[in-house]
Amino acid sequence: MSTPSYTDIAVNGLWKNNPALVQLLGLCPLLAVTSSVVNALGLAVATTFVLVTSNTTVSLIRSVVPDTVRLPVFVMIIAAAVTGTELLMQAYAYELYQILGIFLPLITTNCVILGRADGFARKQPVLPALSDGLLMGLGFGAVLLVLGALREALGTGRLFADMDLLFGAGAAAWEVVLVQDYQAFLLAILPPGAFIFTGLLIAIKHLIDARIERRRAALRAAPASGSKRVRVTGTIS
Amino acid sequence: MNLLGQSITRNSLLLGLFALVTATVVAGTWQLTRDEIAEQKRRAEERALLEVVPSDLHDNRMLEDTLPLPAATPGLGLRQDRQLWLARREGKTTAVVVPVVARDGYSGDIELIVGVRADGRISGVRALSHRETPGLGDKVDPGKSDWIHSFRGRSLGNPPAEGWAVRKDGGVFDQFTGATITPRAVVAATHRALVFVQENRDRLFAKPGGATPPEASPAQAPTGNSTSPPAEPGARS
Repeated sequence: MSTPSYTDIAVNGLWKNNPALVQLLGLCPLLAVTSSVVNALGLAVATTFVLVTSNTTVSLIRSVVPDTVRLPVFVMIIAAAVTGTELLMQAYAYELYQILGIFLPLITTNCVILGRADGFARKQPVLPALSDGLLMGLGFGAVLLVLGALREALGTGRLFADMDLLFGAGAAAWEVVLVQDYQAFLLAILPPGAFIFTGLLIAIKHLIDARIERRRAALRAAPASGSKRVRVTGTIS
Repeated sequence: MNLLGQSITRNSLLLGLFALVTATVVAGTWQLTRDEIAEQKRRAEERALLEVVPSDLHDNRMLEDTLPLPAATPGLGLRQDRQLWLARREGKTTAVVVPVVARDGYSGDIELIVGVRADGRISGVRALSHRETPGLGDKVDPGKSDWIHSFRGRSLGNPPAEGWAVRKDGGVFDQFTGATITPRAVVAATHRALVFVQENRDRLFAKPGGATPPEASPAQAPTGNSTSPPAEPGARS
């Protein structure tokens, strides 16, 4: 496996191979935690941090660990990274730690992390592995955030509530009331809402992909048929 | 065969080494964050206590001024041994904070603390943990709605026993739109806490020096799981 360019890594992590929308990894926290922006952001940060740490470490030790025992070693590394993150969060963002609750330790079982360690980091030098971790984390986090914002806005009629849990007391004022006296639309906040909105996001991504593909096809077709000055023998495929 | 043996030895040594390293990293992080975490926990508890007992009622460190409360204390529905907190000013007990568990919530236990002043009036109620439906039952959370503050200033005689219920059951407390079970449980639990304080008045608000643990009372033999004598508040129609 040759080392892909950083552009490829970015495009893959954020869009083409997005962990949440394409690989469909880590669905459990994705669905459970995205009932508000602040929760989504908290889990996104934690997951990205773990991804970067584990990808980097796995890449560093890639020449030492034989294939036969690589998985237990990776799991140990990931578990240690998660436990460290959990302790740090408990010490410096205690309220958020309480909100995320069980989903913080469960990052260990988020398949994105083992998937990237085994599928990418163990065959790549440190820097690409680190960037892959970062961008996969950002891609995952972006989906978490969009879902969180959608569900919070539709479910409660507000946005960015309780941001002070993450950014200190000053952030309490960030809350935006979209609709006064909004009757909560429960479905959006409950788990079924998570499934429905994730499905919608995937559908939207497909739509955009299809449009891009069509445009690209049109661009490709145009010069071949329209241009008279190209001298060719035979047909261009 | 020898080769296999070698490889097994090598791999197990490697695994052991990694276990050692990751465990060291986790232990180190724990060591570094331990004090901060303990401090955060203490602060969170203190914040909760301060929310039910205004700061002008006490000058002691309430977290350390406690009395044991056995799990079998009738009426409180505790799942394990807990404690109650004493608020004192100039050595005199001005209020007590009693933990009470409403086991009849919509989904699982609702853990509450109820602050009661020496004159029997409620200084505040707060839900410590619950799993009520987001958007409906979770209005017991002071972050979501002001409902929980409607207990402030209430006492056993105000309203009289039959008024200690939600409006739907003929009481004076509001229910939530679409959720009656949660407020019903909270009202009943708060009333039970008041009854408990009333019955243990002499011991809890004893003259300076030492209040004796409530279970020392002969009237309060904590044997068995007897139902609390002053029946549930809502012997509802």
